[in-house]
This record gives sequence, structure tokens and C-alpha cells, in this order.
Amino acid sequence: MIHSLFLVNASGDIFLEKHWKSVVSRSVCDYFFEALERATEPENVPPVIPTPHHYLINVLRHRIYFVAVIQSEVPPLFVIEFLHRVVDTFQDYFGVCTEAAIKDNVVVVYELLEEMLDNGFPLATESNILKELIKPPTILRTVVNTITGSTNVGEQLPTGQLSVVPWRRTGVKYTNNEAYFDVIEEIDAIIDKSGSTITAEIQGVVDACVKLTGMPDLTLSFMNPRLLDDVSFHPCVRFKRWEAERILSFIPPDGNFRLLSYHVSSQNLVAIPVYVKHNISFREGSSQGRFELTLGPKQTMGKAVESVLVSSQLPRGVLNANLNPSQGTYTFDPVTKLLSWDVGKINPQKLPSLKGSMSLQTGASKPDENPSINIQFKIQQLAISGLKVNRLDMYGEKYKPFKGIKYMTKAGKFQVRT
Amino acid sequence: MLGMSANSVSYNDQGSVESGVDAVQESIPTTTNLGLFSAEFKKNDDLKEMLESNKESLKLDAMRRVVELIAKGKNASHLFPAVVKNVASKNIELKKLVYVYLVRYAEEQQDLALLSISTFQRALKEPNQLIRASALRVLSSIRVPIIVPIMMLAIKEAATDLSPYVRKTAAHAIQKLYSLDPDQKELLIEVIEKLLKDKSTLVAGSVVMAFEEVCPDRIDLIHKNYRKLCNLLVDVEEWGQVVIIHMLTRYARTQFVSPWRDDAVFDENSEKAFYDSEEEKRKDQSKPYIMDPDHRLLLRNTKPLLQSRNTAVVMAVAQLYWHLAPKHEVSIVTKSLVRLLRSHREVQYIVLQNIATMSIQRKGMFEPFMKSFYVRSTDATHIKTLKLEILTNLANEANISTILREFQTYVKSQDKAFAAATIQAIGRCATNISEVTDSCLNGLVLLLSNRDETVVAESVVVIKKLLQTQPSQHSDIIKHMAKLFDNITVPMARASILWLMGEYCEHVPKIAPDVLRKMAKSFTSEEDIVKLQTVNLAAKLYLTNSKQTKLLTQYILNLGKYDQNYDIRDRTRFIRQLIVPNEKSGALSKYARRILMASKPAPVLQSAFKDRDRFQLGTLSHTLNATATGYLELSDWPAVAPDQSVRNVEVVEPVKETGAPALSKSKPGKSEKKFYSDSEQEEEQEEGSSSEDSSSSSEESGSESESEEDSEESTKSSSQSENSSSESDSDKKKKTQRNKKLQQQKSASKYRSAVKVETKSGSESGSESSLSENSSESGSGSEPESDSDSGTDQKTKAKHKPVKSKPVTKVDQKEVSLLDLDDFSPAPLTTPKRSILSPSLLSDLQGLSIATSASALQASSPVFVPETSHELLHRMTGKGLSAQYRFTRQPCIYGNNMVSLQLTLSNSGDQALENIHISERSSTGQDIHRFNTIERLEPQASVTVSMGADFNDSTQAANFQLCTKEDEFSVSIQPAVGELLLPVTMSEPDFTKEQSKLVGMNESSATISMAPDNASSQSINRKVVSVANLGVVTSDQDTIHRFAGKTVSSGSLVLVSVTLRDSDALITINTEKTVIASMLLRQLKTALMNSAT
Repeated sequence: MIHSLFLVNASGDIFLEKHWKSVVSRSVCDYFFEALERATEPENVPPVIPTPHHYLINVLRHRIYFVAVIQSEVPPLFVIEFLHRVVDTFQDYFGVCTEAAIKDNVVVVYELLEEMLDNGFPLATESNILKELIKPPTILRTVVNTITGSTNVGEQLPTGQLSVVPWRRTGVKYTNNEAYFDVIEEIDAIIDKSGSTITAEIQGVVDACVKLTGMPDLTLSFMNPRLLDDVSFHPCVRFKRWEAERILSFIPPDGNFRLLSYHVSSQNLVAIPVYVKHNISFREGSSQGRFELTLGPKQTMGKAVESVLVSSQLPRGVLNANLNPSQGTYTFDPVTKLLSWDVGKINPQKLPSLKGSMSLQTGASKPDENPSINIQFKIQQLAISGLKVNRLDMYGEKYKPFKGIKYMTKAGKFQVRT
Repeated sequence: MLGMSANSVSYNDQGSVESGVDAVQESIPTTTNLGLFSAEFKKNDDLKEMLESNKESLKLDAMRRVVELIAKGKNASHLFPAVVKNVASKNIELKKLVYVYLVRYAEEQQDLALLSISTFQRALKEPNQLIRASALRVLSSIRVPIIVPIMMLAIKEAATDLSPYVRKTAAHAIQKLYSLDPDQKELLIEVIEKLLKDKSTLVAGSVVMAFEEVCPDRIDLIHKNYRKLCNLLVDVEEWGQVVIIHMLTRYARTQFVSPWRDDAVFDENSEKAFYDSEEEKRKDQSKPYIMDPDHRLLLRNTKPLLQSRNTAVVMAVAQLYWHLAPKHEVSIVTKSLVRLLRSHREVQYIVLQNIATMSIQRKGMFEPFMKSFYVRSTDATHIKTLKLEILTNLANEANISTILREFQTYVKSQDKAFAAATIQAIGRCATNISEVTDSCLNGLVLLLSNRDETVVAESVVVIKKLLQTQPSQHSDIIKHMAKLFDNITVPMARASILWLMGEYCEHVPKIAPDVLRKMAKSFTSEEDIVKLQTVNLAAKLYLTNSKQTKLLTQYILNLGKYDQNYDIRDRTRFIRQLIVPNEKSGALSKYARRILMASKPAPVLQSAFKDRDRFQLGTLSHTLNATATGYLELSDWPAVAPDQSVRNVEVVEPVKETGAPALSKSKPGKSEKKFYSDSEQEEEQEEGSSSEDSSSSSEESGSESESEEDSEESTKSSSQSENSSSESDSDKKKKTQRNKKLQQQKSASKYRSAVKVETKSGSESGSESSLSENSSESGSGSEPESDSDSGTDQKTKAKHKPVKSKPVTKVDQKEVSLLDLDDFSPAPLTTPKRSILSPSLLSDLQGLSIATSASALQASSPVFVPETSHELLHRMTGKGLSAQYRFTRQPCIYGNNMVSLQLTLSNSGDQALENIHISERSSTGQDIHRFNTIERLEPQASVTVSMGADFNDSTQAANFQLCTKEDEFSVSIQPAVGELLLPVTMSEPDFTKEQSKLVGMNESSATISMAPDNASSQSINRKVVSVANLGVVTSDQDTIHRFAGKTVSSGSLVLVSVTLRDSDALITINTEKTVIASMLLRQLKTALMNSAT
């Protein structure tokens, strides 16, 4: 299926290649570079590019293009999903997935890729199994390895792969048994000029960090499972049980994993936790524009709105912005025209605002559209949909684990049209 | 320098593999920086020595560096002899790195590669299954034709290995061998056939992959394994699932008859057929359609996979449903597909493409999720375009106003390419929905004065197409375009305008020659495409209006004759011969007029995804819209189903390995296994598959767990022994727990299947049962239902209230501001604002449309839109369904005689309501335009639809039946007399003129006394327009207020005037409809007398 993989950095150089079948010349990437040149933005490169003898499927993550070479019909999502899995694995192993990190760990990367695909067909993609095969590099281990000459490759052969719970490695042992669950919800919204909501949705995930000895069997139930409209599970979740009882029952993988992602029924009205008052105007003929922005909390259920970051792509005609933030700092990049304002926490008593003027190119006509504003924020200890975990029980093991649940609400794609 | 030579040789060797980048890198150091080069070179030079040293760590270091070289795409093949010696190393990492090297270079160094073969052959006999597997993996990856027989032997052996993991590797090896030597096909098919019978989930995905690659046409191999594959599917690893689902889709299309017949009898019957005996089925052959139980099995077993986290799996199931499921079942995939849109950009791209194709055929599937396709400014351009495509596909009469309003935002986008695409989309909406054509056209004309060239150009092109499809009188638009012509610089747009002028020159007889005159002046400086159209225009004008344009035409033809471009010279020559009569000109010139002025077929504005459905969804070919190598076409449904019995597995074939593990005590392994997959089979049996089937399935599970057990054993032996004691302990516990669970599940599923027959809403009833069980089991939260409601009261408030009023933007806003006091000021409640916010089409486009000359009875937009909703159906009487209606006071898009109504349907029950529609028969004979059937309304959800009713200018209530799947509710809409009118714009003289015609019987009047503070013109205006949908006639007299309107149905004028005399006011109504007049008078009287504001 997947013939070869090329990693291409932002400046258009191939810095790693891997072939699973016979070698495909790197010149095949020329077609990709052509597409890259045509695209105005890095994101605009089409994910699937046909060439005379091959098909190139690429994903862009962390400013690296992962270009897979395909020779015949295959579901494109199969390849895309796999490539993303590769990136996730790298991130898991090296903390970051950058060109430098990959170059520093070329051998581990190669070993990983070798295990993940056999003849182009995915073999081991579960992080638990891979980690048994190839230990993630740590500073300590690197030092030890250079001194003793021992290896990153696990001496033991992976056993999880053969069991009925392939996602969990066997023989897990901890002195402190703990299971943490983070319920993280993201609000996607488009707010129109007048402040009314055009569309708003809540997407949530339950991320888990489970460090439990042995083969624990967990059940997690929600107070209000009916809120969940559409869900997708980690393979460990027993689907039938959910169907019948709306209870999550699973033998967890070891370590960090995403247990569940869900969508809150779109028919429910979504509470919008912040509002924006804006006045952005350009006058015809004048080389000045006014810029005023005020943020305020709204429907936050009494919780503080934190880590607020406002960004806006100003029109091309704007040369510079001279603004005055009441709190936080702002930057304006005159090249990309990207204005970003790091607000921090919103104090309801003293609303943060950003006011000032923009200087426009003289002679340029007034931009016909005001820029839209993207907002990021976080609200701790709140799941905006109202989802609540009822209880977590463990079966199959005797010890008493430490359990913790954390809620958080974040802005997803939160856009205000002005 | 020895190393240098070796290196350069190797570079030559690999000429084909090296890219330009390397060649450049190579040449630079030799010429410029020799020192550095040799240093680097030395670094690699020692590799050979290191590899040949005795120290393990040195070797490992060397191998790591070699791998780094390979990763960079550098050649390291000269090290082959040194590397291959280490193939038998004890160090695992070293060994693996050697494997990497070997697989990479074996093809180039075939002879040397053979040295390593014996090592692998030995490893194939190792007791450890993982070593056997890895040896087979590498052996089969060495692409050296000489070892084909060895590989074949190894694969055959491994295919009967006890370990499923080794068998999986064998399945992978099949593909490798096939690509190395296609002649082995027949032998390999035998192995595939054997492996297809394998019961392990580990093997299933890989062997199907091999099947797809080697012999996808041997569908007969699947028959016996079909049911097994369906049942194993949930437990197969995710990548295997994708492959199996795609294969089964193709299989099903050859084996089952189409479920898409119009007269298909749905679900309930086919479910029943499950239980029926064979004879019964025979008898039913005359009945329209019964789904093959195997077909149903596939659909049922793939459905849970929609919940997979793997986007490829979800897409695979979606395409399976699309291609195989009965039409009404396909929509269950919608939600999952929409969910995928939250994923990465690339995933979005593919999913949107597939949705685009689906949405052409099945609008209804994605319409409820329309808002998920709204474009964000941060989307990549290709995502934006796809979303636009989908929105256009989803547009229909009911939602067009929302979509057009959304499009208005897009047109102003900074991304001009996207703005242009939006204009095309507007054009498509305009052609598809004839009700909005005019409004769209007006809006587009307004865009002609946009500053951006691309926007203008695109508008012109789209207007041209629209005018062509709508050959009615649009001369004013053409005139307008002619006016703008001087300011438009984009060649394509200029050319389009010229073409329009020529084509419709008879509609603009005065303007066209003038345009031609201008063009004659600027001809030489125009672009070629504009020149061509100028010649065209000249020719057409010459034919229709030769008196005025003869000289001009000749001038232009002369200019064209000496043009630099040969196309233009050609065209000029041709045109001249055609239109200018001379002796030489033949028969053709007689037909010149018919040739040039022939009516042209209108271009069809259609989706780019129109013909994509010829490809299977989710495939590469579909994405590319071209057949990819190796694409396997989906066959059409067979007219008659092939023999079903081929899939019956009568006798369980003795599996080769049964001999060995027979002595294993299968208990613990079995429990492990069942834990995850057995409930599936349990249900299987319950659903009542034939008895032999069920026996075989239990047989399956048995032998499967045996082999599983086997692996389990060896695993344990290899892993630490301390584990096993605790594990067996927990095993016991698990078993008891499992029994308990199974019982629960059984009862739950029983309950479910019982309900299924009735309501078909499986998931809903599922949650029902969970509620009861939940409380009984855990004892905590005795009333989960009420819990969830009261849990966060602020939240629920926010949730419930606006649900009803959601679509009414105005009301919505008010609600929101009520909820949070510190909200920024809601928009001031001025009257004009309301009409802007009202979700109706006309006012949407007001911003875009140009003022057209108002004819006497031209309906205008309402001055005031009341926001009060009237109850149609209370939720108590409606069994959860509640409905409210509201008059939008807009001209109805469904018919000129209809009053436009907006209906808000909410589901306040806790069951989803399905199939909400208005029944066909209307008891009172009014003509009602029904809204499209709402397929499903979730609890707490509400939906707004628009409908129209022709009240025949009477206030008699319209009675009709609002139906859900189960119930029918008769409801009635009683219109207030003021709602039966439409406002009319009129000048004061016109008003008096019309009024004078409607005197005598047609006049009714009344005098009332008014409080002085009520007598301001503003308050009178407000009161009158709130009672009746009338237009205000502007007047310079302070004492007389005039209002004009017409009745919706018959269109007769209704003129209202309020004359103030001191503290009295005289209300006069002139209309032919005396009944309406008297009722209106009564209402106006009460409204004006009440002093309340």
C-alpha cells in the first residue's frame, strides 16, 4: 500500500526517506514541489497529488510535510490516518515532532517506521506495543547507552501484540496506582457582526492517563450520558456495553491515551463564554483606520476565563498598527499582517481592551471586509456542556487506585466576524 | 583516497536512485572545500573497519551511522559485505539494523544477499514465534528472484504455523512474493484460500489484503468465509477493518439483489424473514423485496465501527452503507461523517469530497448539519471550496435564504479566489431554485460595482450564464452592465458583456450600437478575447441594425483584418464573408442571420461532483476523479441473487492445527476471548440465524480460543513468571463477572430487539434501558434523568428557552441578553432593523438588490414584522411535539397567492420523532404548500421550516394534519386579517388616484377619538403596520397618514388612510374586499384607541 515515505521540511528539502518496497527515486517529489510552489499558503497544498506512475499523499504537521508514495488504489484516508499516527508516535517518543528532533533520532525513527509498516501495510501502530519494541530515548538512557553499549531496542519481544488486548502491554507494575481523566471540551463557533451566534458546537474528548498495575478493568459512567450525541472510542472500549447501558467499560492501555471523543448534540444551545465588542473601521480616502476591541466574559458559570489569545488577519492594505492594550501584550507582523494579542486572564471588573489606530497604505482603497477575529481561551474546572463523570470503578485488581477527574473548556475554532 | 574511489563508484552505480540534490551536494565539496569533504569522508571510511571489529558497541555505532546515511538517501551499498556478516548477531538492535540495511540493498547486491539466507532459514525453525515471524518478514522482503522457491516454501510452512502472528506474517509475505514473481499466482492463491479459513482476528485483515492484491476477482473464495469475516470484523485491528470492509462491499454488490427498489418493504419484514424458514421465503418471492440475511448481517456488524477513532474505518463503513444499505438507512452515517470534519485538514478534505458527492443525490442526509459546512476564514482554500460546493448542493427553497446570507459574507472575503467561487455558487443556487433567481440576479448586478476585479469578472460571467438560462426580459440588467462597461477591465468580463450585448441586441437597440462605437475606438488596445467578441457584436448588430452600424462594422472588420493575432484575422475574414453580401459569397450568407442569431442552449450550471458517483466512495479514484491504477469497479447489483447457499458452512472443516492444541485446557483462554467478542456472537444466535449456522459459529469460537490459548501459553512462558499467578487469580474473578455481564447484556439486547420492531430507533431505546439498569445496579443517582436536568440549572435555562426561538434571530438575541445582564447592548429595537433580521429571503437580498422601477402594484418589503408566535400544537396534546407558527409577512416563495408562514417544531419529549410532515389532505380546501418531511427530530431539538398557505383572502382557518411517524394531530392556523395583506409601495398621487376609484360601496370608514400623545405620526404608523402588513405611503401632509397594501390571494388593493382632526381621527379603508375592510377597520380602531404603546 504505502510504498515510500519522504519527509520534507518547510524550505522544501527532503531530509528523510524510507522505502518499504523497492526504492522509489526522490525525483518523484518534484511533483510535490511543483504543487508546493503553486500553493499560496503551506496549508493549500492539495493532500492528494497524482503523478504519472505514483500518487503522492501528504499531510502537513509541525511544518513538516509527510509525503507518502502510493502506487495503486488505496483509500486515501487510510494513508492519511496512518501518516498522522506516525506523527503522533514521533511526538510521543521525542516530545516534539520537529526536523531537529527527527534528525537527532534518525535511528529510532527508522526502527519505528520499520515496525509500523510491513510491505506498506500497517503492522504495529499501538504506542504501547511500539514502546515495548523500541524504548523511547531519554537523556539518561542515551548516556547509559553510550557508556555500556546497550540498546534502545527492547530485549523482550512484544507480547501485547499477540493477546486479545493488543493495546495493553503485559506485566505493568507501579508502586503508586493512579488513573487520571481529563474531560476537555472545545467550543467551535462563528459569531456574527451583531454578536449573535451563527453556529456553535461543542466537541469534547476524555483523555486518560492510567498508570495501574496488572490488568485492571475500568468502568466510567456519566451523570448525563444523553448529552453525548456522537462518540468515537479508543478500541479498548466495549461498544456493546455503551450501546446498552451508556457506560464506558474498558481495559485501559498503559499510559496516556484518548479514551473517547464526543460531540454534544448540536440542537442544544451552546453557551458562549466570551463576547467581543469591536469597532474596526476604515474610512474611504483616509490613511487611518480605527481599531477597538473589548473582551468580556459571558455565560462562564462563574469560572475565570484564562489564557485568552486574540488573533486577527488584518487586510493587506494595513501597513502598521499602533494600539494600546489595557492588559497583556500585542504584536503585529507587518509582513503577514497578523495581529495577535495575548490577553491573559479576563477580569470581569476591568474588561481588557485594545484600542488604537491602523495606518493604511496611502492611495490604497478601503478594504471591503473587516478582518475576522479568532479567539482562544481556557476555562478550568468547567465542562461547558454540563457533562459530569458519575463514577469510576475498577475491577480485576485488588489494590485501591488513586482516581482524579479534571474538567476544562477551551476555544476550538472560535471565530468572530466583524 | 581509496575510500574516495569506492564512493564515486557507488554513486555511479546508483544513478537512477540518486536525485539532483545529491548530485549537487557531491559536486560542490570536490571543487570548493576539499578539506571538509575528505574529513567527512574519513568519517564514513572507518565504517567498514568498525563493522568488521570484534566489539559489539563499535558495530552498533557503525550500523546506526549507516542507517542515518540510508535515511538521508545517501548510498551505502559498498558496505554490503561488511554488513551482511552481522546478520546472525546476538544483539537485537544490531540485528534489526542489519535487516533494515539488507532489505534496502539486497536487490542491488543479489549474490551477496544470498549469504544471509541460511540464517533466516534457520530462524524459521526457532521455537519462539516472534523470531520465526521476523525471519519470514525479512526473508520475504529480500527482493532476489533466485530465492522465490525458498520463499514459497517458507510461506506455505508459515501458513500452517500454530502461531497466528506467524500466519499473519505469512499473509504479508504472499503479497511480497507476488510482486516479485507474478508467476507464482496459482500457488499463492492456494495459500490465500487456506489462510482465509483462519479464525484468528490477527490474520483476517492481512489475508484479505493479500486477496485484494493477488486475486481480487476470485470472489468464490470468500463465500464460505463471508459470515465469519462479518462476525470477526469488530475485533480485527483497525487497518484490517478498512481492507475487509472495502472487499465486502464489492462482494456484496455481486451477491445480493438491490435493496433500492421503490416498492421495497422495509426493515421489519426483512428482520422477520430472518426467522422464517426457507419455504416461507420461497412463497414470499412474489413479495417486493426481502433483504438477504447475509446482507443484513454485514450492515449490522459494520454499524458499530462508525464509532471507531480511525477515520479510515468510519469512511469505509460510510461508503459501505452508501453502496449497500437501503436508502432510508444510509443516513445513520451522517453524524459520523460530520464528526470527522473536526479532524485534521487532510481528513477534512477527503471527507468533504465524499460528502459533496453524497449531498448531490441525498440532500436530506446532510441538511440538518448545514452549519457544520460554514466556512471559516482560517480554512485552507480547497476546504473552503468544498464546503461551498456542499452548501450549494444542500440549498433548497426552505434554507436558501440562510445560505444566501452566509454567501454574502463569503463574497466579501479577502480570499478573492474564494469570493469568485462564491459568486459561481450563487449562480448555481439561482438556476436550481427558480424562486430566488431574480433576487440573486439583482444581487449579482450590485456586485458589478465592486472594487475587486475578480469579483466583478466572476459576477459578469455568472450573470451572463443566468441571463442565458432565463431568456426573459432582463434588458435593464443588460443596460446596467453596459453602463458599467467602461469601468470593468477584466478581459473575460468585458468579453462576456459584449457577448450579451450582441445576443440580446434587440432588447437594447439604442445602447448596443453605442457600445460598439466605444469598442471601435479602443479596439486595438483590447485583449484578444475582447476583440473576438467585438467582432462578434459588430456582426450581430450589422444583421439586426445595419443602418446605424454598417460603417462601424466595416471599420472594425478592417481593424481585425490587420490584427497581429491570426485567430482574430481568421474570424474577421470569416465574418466578413458571412455577413457582407458580395458576388462571390455563396449560399451561406443567406443564412447568416440564422447562423449568428441562432438561439443558444443555456449552459448548465452544475456541480463538479456530478459524475463522481461513478467511483466507489472513499477510494483514491473518487478523490482524483480519475481511475487510479488497480481500481476495482463496483459491479451493479445482480438482477437475480446468486445462490445463497454457497455461504453456508455445513461442516466445519478440520483445521490443520487442531491436532496439536487439542490437549489444551481452553477455559481461561476462552473467557479472555469472550470478554470482548462474544456478545457479538451471542446476539448473533439470538437474532435467529439458522441452526447449523449457530452451531458452526460456536464451533468457531471454540477453535479460535484454542489457538488463542496456544499463543497465550507461549507468551507466558516467555514473560516473567511472577505475573501468571496473579493473573490466574484475576481470571477467575473476571469469569464470574463476565457471566453477570453477559446476562445483563442478553436482557438488554432482548429488550432492544423487541423494541426495534416497533420504533426502529435502536439507540434511543438502548439509552432507555440503560437508565433503568443503571439505577438498579449502581444505586447512586436514583433518578439519573432528573439529575441531568437539574445538575446545572443555568445551563438548562440556556438550553431550553432558546430552543423554541432559535431560528427567530430577533427573539433569540433578546433571550440571550436576558440571561446575562452584562451582555453588551442588544441591537436597538428599531423597526427597520427587524426586517433586516427577519430570516426571510427578500430582505436578505435587499442589501444587494438595486432599486427597480416600482410598478403600481409592486409588493415591497414589510415595514414591520411582528415577532409573536402563535401556538399551533401544544406539547401535551402533541405527545412531545410542539409547534408554533409565525407570519413572516414576506411574499411567499412557493406561490404568489400564498401567505408565508414560519413553523417552529420542537421536540420536548424524550423520544426522537420521525417523519414529521403535513398530511396530504387538507380538510378545508385551502391550498397549502407543505414543508419537506423532517426525517428525524431529536429530543430537545427544534427545527424551523417555512410553508405557505393560500387563505383565499378570508380569515377562515386553515386546518390540516400534522403527522409524525406514529401520530396525527389536526391543527389549524387562523390568520389575522392584517396578515392576509402584502405591503405596496405607492406614491401619494397614485394613492389618491386609486382611492378615488374605490369609493361608495368599496369605502368604509369610522371616526375614533385619540389621546393626543398617541397622535404622533410615528405612533400611528407603528400601530397600523403592526396590525396589518401595509406599506407606508410617504406624504408631506402631517394630518393624513396613508397606507397601501394588496390582498395576498387576489391582489386587490387595500388603501388605508388615517386623517387627524383635532382629537379625532377618521379611519378610511378603500378596497373591493368589503369583508376584509370591515374586519380591518375594527382591528385598527381598537389598536388606535388603546393608549398603550
